[in-house]
Amino acid sequence: MTTDEVKQIVIDIIADVAPDEDVTGINAEESLRDQLDLDSMDFLDIVMELRKRHKVEVPSEDYPKLATLASCVSYLTPKMQ
Amino acid sequence: MNKDNRIVITGIGLTAPNGNNLAEFRENLIQAKSGITLEEIRYMGKHPAGLCDFDEFKYQKKKTRRRGTRAGSVAIYAANEAIVDSGIDFDSLDKDRVGTYLGITEHGNVETEEEIFLLHQNNLDTTFWSHHHNPRTVANSPAGEVNLNLKITGPHYTIGSACAGGNMGLIQGVQQLMLDEVDFVLAGGVSESAQTFGIFAAFAAQGALASHEDPTRASRPLDVDRNGIVISEGGCIYTLERRDAAVARGAKIYGEITGYAVNTDATDFVLPNTDRQTQCIEKALKKANITKDQIDIVNMHATGTNAGDINELAAVKNVFNDCDDTFVNFTKGHIGHCMGAAGALELAGNLPSFKDGIIHPGINCENLDPECEMKNLVLNEAKKKEKVDYILNNSFGMLGINSSVIIKKHI
Repeated sequence: MTTDEVKQIVIDIIADVAPDEDVTGINAEESLRDQLDLDSMDFLDIVMELRKRHKVEVPSEDYPKLATLASCVSYLTPKMQ
Repeated sequence: MNKDNRIVITGIGLTAPNGNNLAEFRENLIQAKSGITLEEIRYMGKHPAGLCDFDEFKYQKKKTRRRGTRAGSVAIYAANEAIVDSGIDFDSLDKDRVGTYLGITEHGNVETEEEIFLLHQNNLDTTFWSHHHNPRTVANSPAGEVNLNLKITGPHYTIGSACAGGNMGLIQGVQQLMLDEVDFVLAGGVSESAQTFGIFAAFAAQGALASHEDPTRASRPLDVDRNGIVISEGGCIYTLERRDAAVARGAKIYGEITGYAVNTDATDFVLPNTDRQTQCIEKALKKANITKDQIDIVNMHATGTNAGDINELAAVKNVFNDCDDTFVNFTKGHIGHCMGAAGALELAGNLPSFKDGIIHPGINCENLDPECEMKNLVLNEAKKKEKVDYILNNSFGMLGINSSVIIKKHI
């Protein structure tokens, strides 16, 4: 899976978890929580959706690696090969 | 504690299978318009059911709807509509003195069924069980969602009381105002029952699930050919205030809650008890300090089951048989059984009678069961009455809970 594909997967999940938010202009380097109305429950939802849709496990110690869109892609791309 | 103990209704918000506000609901009750449709029920095929089509996002963000429950969404809609209808300057209220009391029949089954469905799709791996399960299924959830939505910091809870829930929410609200625990109340009942297959399967197993080729004729209270309950969702929430406060702000007043009673059959898990229902109605009359012949409209619980209809009709007859000017109707022919919302919704459908003198009919009773014969039944066509000063609303439920509420016209 390419990094662009992984990026789109993450954006799609965020769009479902935070349906009131505009996900079209996310700054990849900026913290997701600084740009979008996301809280800890939403991050649990994102982790759950990664497990449900793509069989990807994210252990709790790795949650900080989902802080930005860019870090999500770096962290998830190897797991999605 | 010198506050006015006369409690009045100043606002109504509702959603029913045949209407998303009081005017629409009332008109469809008078015009005998059913809201029952044929719906696909998980594992069970198509069955008649009553679903609501209110706009879930009129007062709620998509995100909180996603996190919450259907019952919470119904409650948020009805509560906001009631506040708008009441004309109160809600922002200026001390939110610590606002209470939310909602009757429910059951809560959490929708979420639990969904989680178990997903569990089976994922080889019983419990790591797929949602962290939202607990906040969605705690019993206070629909009332708590209202307080979250409206930033109300006063008390909120639900009253679990089977199908008497709508009346019970209202009674609880009255009592909390009388106790001076709060100054402004959101009270009524909500139900999401039609979203779960379990309640359909259980009534089917009990031989009490209605069926008919025409879904609009499936709910047939008092009809000799009735064959059970049509399961529906819905919600109805009232704003309640002390009369003096309501009058002082020039509020529109739908009526005053002057009497109520709650008791228990203590005889069976599901079968009703005529004697206890009779006693409940009589206790409500005593509390309202009126005679039985002062009641103009009795709204029956009338679910469309043989045992339910016959026992309740006998109780109503026990009390009102010699009252020439008391008329009897029911609502479930139009909307099915809205469970926790039933009592509150059915009362709302009759309240405009204080103004227009029209008594809406109970519909789908084409051949009256001889065991349900009584004078002054309002069947299939609305009736006009010269005056309507008092309405009595019955709601009964499993485990033998009975409730009656009496509303007086406000003059």
